[in-house]
Amino acid sequence: MIDVRGLGHGYGHGPWLLRAIDFSASRGEAVAILGPNGRGKTTLLKAIMGFLRPREGRARVDGPLGYVPQISQAAFPFKVFDMVMMGRARHVHTLGAPKAKDAVICRAALEKLKIAEFADRPFDSLSGGERQLVLVARALASECEGLVLDEPTSALDFRNQSQILSVMRQLGADDGLTVLFTTHFPQHALHVADKVLLLYGGNDYLYGPSQEVLSEANLSRLYDMPVRRLDYEHAGTRHGTVVPVYAA
Amino acid sequence: MTQVSLTGTTGARRQTILWIGLSAALLITVVLALGMGRYPIPWHRVLAILFGNVMPLDTSWDLVEEQVVEALRLPRVLVAMTCGAALAAAGVALQGTFRNPLVGPQIIGVSSGAGFGGALALLVSESQFILMLLAFAFGLIAMAIVLWLSRVGGRSPVLMLVLAGVVTSAMFAALTSLIQYVADPEDKLPAIVFWLMGSFSTAGYDELAWLLPPVVATCGLLFLLRWRINVLSLGDEEAESLGVSVNTMRLVIVFCVAAIAAAVVAVAGVVGWVGLVVPHLARMIVGPDHRILLPVAMVVGGGYLVIIDTIARTATTAEIPLGVLTALIGAPVFGYLLKSTQARGWSRD
Repeated sequence: MIDVRGLGHGYGHGPWLLRAIDFSASRGEAVAILGPNGRGKTTLLKAIMGFLRPREGRARVDGPLGYVPQISQAAFPFKVFDMVMMGRARHVHTLGAPKAKDAVICRAALEKLKIAEFADRPFDSLSGGERQLVLVARALASECEGLVLDEPTSALDFRNQSQILSVMRQLGADDGLTVLFTTHFPQHALHVADKVLLLYGGNDYLYGPSQEVLSEANLSRLYDMPVRRLDYEHAGTRHGTVVPVYAA
Repeated sequence: MTQVSLTGTTGARRQTILWIGLSAALLITVVLALGMGRYPIPWHRVLAILFGNVMPLDTSWDLVEEQVVEALRLPRVLVAMTCGAALAAAGVALQGTFRNPLVGPQIIGVSSGAGFGGALALLVSESQFILMLLAFAFGLIAMAIVLWLSRVGGRSPVLMLVLAGVVTSAMFAALTSLIQYVADPEDKLPAIVFWLMGSFSTAGYDELAWLLPPVVATCGLLFLLRWRINVLSLGDEEAESLGVSVNTMRLVIVFCVAAIAAAVVAVAGVVGWVGLVVPHLARMIVGPDHRILLPVAMVVGGGYLVIIDTIARTATTAEIPLGVLTALIGAPVFGYLLKSTQARGWSRD
């Protein structure tokens, strides 16, 4: 579904931000991209989305991708339903407007994410978590085969994080969508992603199954500080998590 | 039109009422405007003159009244209405495309380009046709310069477009000043100055015929693209991710706006503010969805410019320049809108 080969990029005449990155994500797979600020997470997403042309290498994508930006910068206070309807742009004639069947698809997307009651509210009156769900609904309405999310949980509280994470899991595991996301929370990657890509800078990166790659050693090196992996039991189920060890 | 809404029939009924109201308001405005002037004609007689041929109405008007309405005022009102509607459509399209409610057709430099072309024509020739031709040509040249300047690595970022517009406007404003400086102060200079301030006083059926084809073509295209403008207003990356070819679409829209602004300038001189104020008024009535915003803004814009032009020709014995009025009325209205929509409008974030 997403196949990145030898990808390298830097801005202007600046140094290489990313170099010789190889990874792929197949259908139904969830892949998390982790790395400290400024190591090219968002740049990599932009190259995959086709927003920028990488300096070298390529990112091949089969089938349409839905994009969920970190913040949607809608300039006008559109209603939620109209926002979701814009997901239909690819299916609506350039000189036309959406029809009743598009409305049915949008309604279904809203219901799938259990946010149908927001339909008539202005998008900018929603909370951060609700907005994320609306943007996911818009991507679903576009009938995409993959979902690319830029830091989907970074501005959300625990409950909203949990909600968006379970939506991401569900879309990957149940609906067979490829889910690619960046995050600053290794525990979210552990929870959702099948594979993770750790960006150490330049051509230094690690890619592999989450359980293996998200090790204490790898993460401590990634963030240049001690990071612990913990297992715990809750209501009879084993869970894993990642916690930073803050300096005293 | 396909107005897809979850609210279904209530939404549709509200729109029907809105359209009936707007059409009635526009019709009343036009009829009253046709009656007003140095030779006042009561509204019922205006109606009789307009529709006397097709309806059995009182035919007791005299020939002078018929001449005043049909030969003098009607073409002028129609030209004003067309210009207002076209400028409003241009403003809506630009504000949506540039995701900025503060831009107007002037922003892409085309008004000042067309203004220079017109001034140049007035300097070197007496012909109305040359005036229109040069205004149109330089409007498009200004647009081409803006698009060329703003192109960075195959794209035209919004900020670059706006800045290129500022640069190009400044250049053409300087050239226009130069023309005013060299123009004969007895004869040419007043003509140029008055023309630059904008007026429909020369508007007749010829101007209308010249104005309609480009306006109908471009406004028609913008009307068809109005839902895409919604998507464009999300921003480049989001729109692109939804499958819209942002750069092509923006070029098409900017071209339409340039053609509209040039056509209006060619017929009426520089008429500012309409493309900025009217979209706001319309947005206050129907909200931000361009599917309905664009046509409503066109109707509001048509009526708005008819009212302004009627004030321009009736308020005093001499005509007040249109540009003066649109700015005197437009700037405070815009300032008020800016303040009052802070709480719930586009600036919430």
